[in-house]
Amino acid sequence: MNKREPLIRVVGRAERVGKQRVLLTVGAIVLALAFGAVFLLIMGYNPLQVYATILSGAFRSKLAREGTVKVMIPLVISTLGVTLAFKMRFWNIGAEGQIIMGAAFASYFALYCAHWNHWVLILVMFLAGAIGGGLWGLIAAAFKIRWGTNETLLTLMMNYIAQHIVSYLRDGPWKDPEAAGFSKIARFDSNAALDKVLGVHFGWIIAIVLAVIVFVYLKYTKQGYEIAVVGESHETARYAGMNIKKITLRTMFLSGAVCGICGMVQATGADVTLTTNVAGGVGFTAIIIAWLGNLNPFISMGIAGAFSILEKGSTVVQSSYGLSADCADVLQGIVLFFVVASEFFVRYRFVLRNHKEAK
Amino acid sequence: MDMIIKFLCAAISSGTPLLFGTVGEILNEKVGHLNLGVEGMMSVGACAGFMAGYYTDNFLIAILAAAVGGMLTAFIYALLTVTFMTNQNVTGLTLTIFGVGLANLIGVFALAQSPNGTLKLPETITATIANLNIPGLSDIPVIGTLLFSYNPFVYIGIAIAILLQFYLYKTKKGLAVRSIGENPATADAVGINVNLQKYLNIMLGGAVCGIGGAYCSMIINGGVWINDNVGGLGWIAAALVIFANWKPGMAIFGSFVFGALRVLKFYIPKSVIEIPNAFFDMLPFLMTALVLVVSSARKSSQRKSQMPSYLGVNYFREDR
Repeated sequence: MNKREPLIRVVGRAERVGKQRVLLTVGAIVLALAFGAVFLLIMGYNPLQVYATILSGAFRSKLAREGTVKVMIPLVISTLGVTLAFKMRFWNIGAEGQIIMGAAFASYFALYCAHWNHWVLILVMFLAGAIGGGLWGLIAAAFKIRWGTNETLLTLMMNYIAQHIVSYLRDGPWKDPEAAGFSKIARFDSNAALDKVLGVHFGWIIAIVLAVIVFVYLKYTKQGYEIAVVGESHETARYAGMNIKKITLRTMFLSGAVCGICGMVQATGADVTLTTNVAGGVGFTAIIIAWLGNLNPFISMGIAGAFSILEKGSTVVQSSYGLSADCADVLQGIVLFFVVASEFFVRYRFVLRNHKEAK
Repeated sequence: MDMIIKFLCAAISSGTPLLFGTVGEILNEKVGHLNLGVEGMMSVGACAGFMAGYYTDNFLIAILAAAVGGMLTAFIYALLTVTFMTNQNVTGLTLTIFGVGLANLIGVFALAQSPNGTLKLPETITATIANLNIPGLSDIPVIGTLLFSYNPFVYIGIAIAILLQFYLYKTKKGLAVRSIGENPATADAVGINVNLQKYLNIMLGGAVCGIGGAYCSMIINGGVWINDNVGGLGWIAAALVIFANWKPGMAIFGSFVFGALRVLKFYIPKSVIEIPNAFFDMLPFLMTALVLVVSSARKSSQRKSQMPSYLGVNYFREDR
């Protein structure tokens, strides 16, 4: 059988590094925005105007800037959470659920121990959030190391289970007796709310501190090194005498704990109550950000910032042009599609049929 | 007795969107691609199907549009994961965020254009997608209700599942498809065009998911457009694949069991036992989690699982 060579084929190449890689990513983002612009044009909008509104909507006033930071805080914290798991190639898609459980654990103290000393209460809620999220993450890790249960799907299901646990609490034991009509959980006592620093609840300080801690932990500690080795190859880790089970459990607890802290910050800082929507898709966006940021906490922070601008700005686009704020999701999607596709060119290239090999 | 029949009927209806999603995802996974974008493909299908139905009032066009919508969304996934060899988890997840966002965006856009601020399917198509009523057949007690009283999607779904079961497990083509999921390099070596087959089956799977989406937008809310109408069903479908052991035929059974779980709360009288609603809403997800754990525990002891060996692993020819 004399089959013809395919029209285009893929061959490997020397890995691009440094400046070339950055250029590739920037090029991808520019292309993505151009693609998004065409899409907006088809829908009958002026893309430049929409993009400009997104930017100005995120920055135009002190209130808008504070709003953007508020959007950014949970994105950064939960991105740090999933980064820990991803570094180990453990597909923690369950940030949503871990955020919710962290928020629920913290909310218990906000609801029933509101009379405690403010700082003791905040500290206890912080720890409760970390433990709640950590335990929720630990469940999937335990099944993974015991039977190899697919963690992607299991953590995913646990998101919904967590959500319904909160809706149970809302309709039952934690129901606000004073709420008329729809059942809801009471607003927290102001003693249980995070204080404001520079106009925004101090979750932003927690986010920055955590980013530094996670960066140092992954890069400069023994445990961080173990995570990287387990992520690269279980065989290597075993050969080096590492206890893979222990490392998996520990890392997933930490990953869940950071997400749980995010839940605590959202419930006590942003919402000042507990709702089923406390995570609100943040856990999913975090996965995209972590990936785009190449699992580097500081790059991730920058990307989270860009995503926050997009999200905050989109709400302004909605109010001024009637274009649904969902356009933020669509644009995020397009950007990610282009960027992940561009990573292909780091290691591979296309060759056309009949193309003479150079050299 | 009457109650039980009503319950079974409701279970089958509410299981149908899951059936489409599950079968579509099985096709994806059989060529080795764990596509987490089911929810996104269904959402785009939901939007395309609904809008086509709304503007043309023709059921066939609506179904076709839904299938094409799902297929195009799946094409994005195939292009990225097959050709550009991107990470399947991240790509699938983004496909979901993108697809749901796109569907809502177009939904809000269409709502703004509509004269009275709502989108309701016109009469002819509403009559077509209504529950079947064949004089004589549908009137037979018990059997008539159980077999001949559903909307057309139910029959289409079952037919597609049976056809694909036959295609995957009884035809030569199906064997080739399954061999790609088991070991793409071997499949390549025996002359199967691996990438082409991956594209075709991922897109076919997307089309099936898209039709399932149309069920969500056209039936569940009584023919009125509501944003987020797929509402997490795509995720359950992705997990149901495991329950169905990667067999479209088993998916029929699995999706109806899960359909039953979804409607159970309406059929257990409060006077018998008082269980919080939240628990019932949690049930399908809890069951899926249990199935995941149990099937993985069994897998380690006996090797009867139909899970493709190269699930989630991209294929690059030069790495052979």
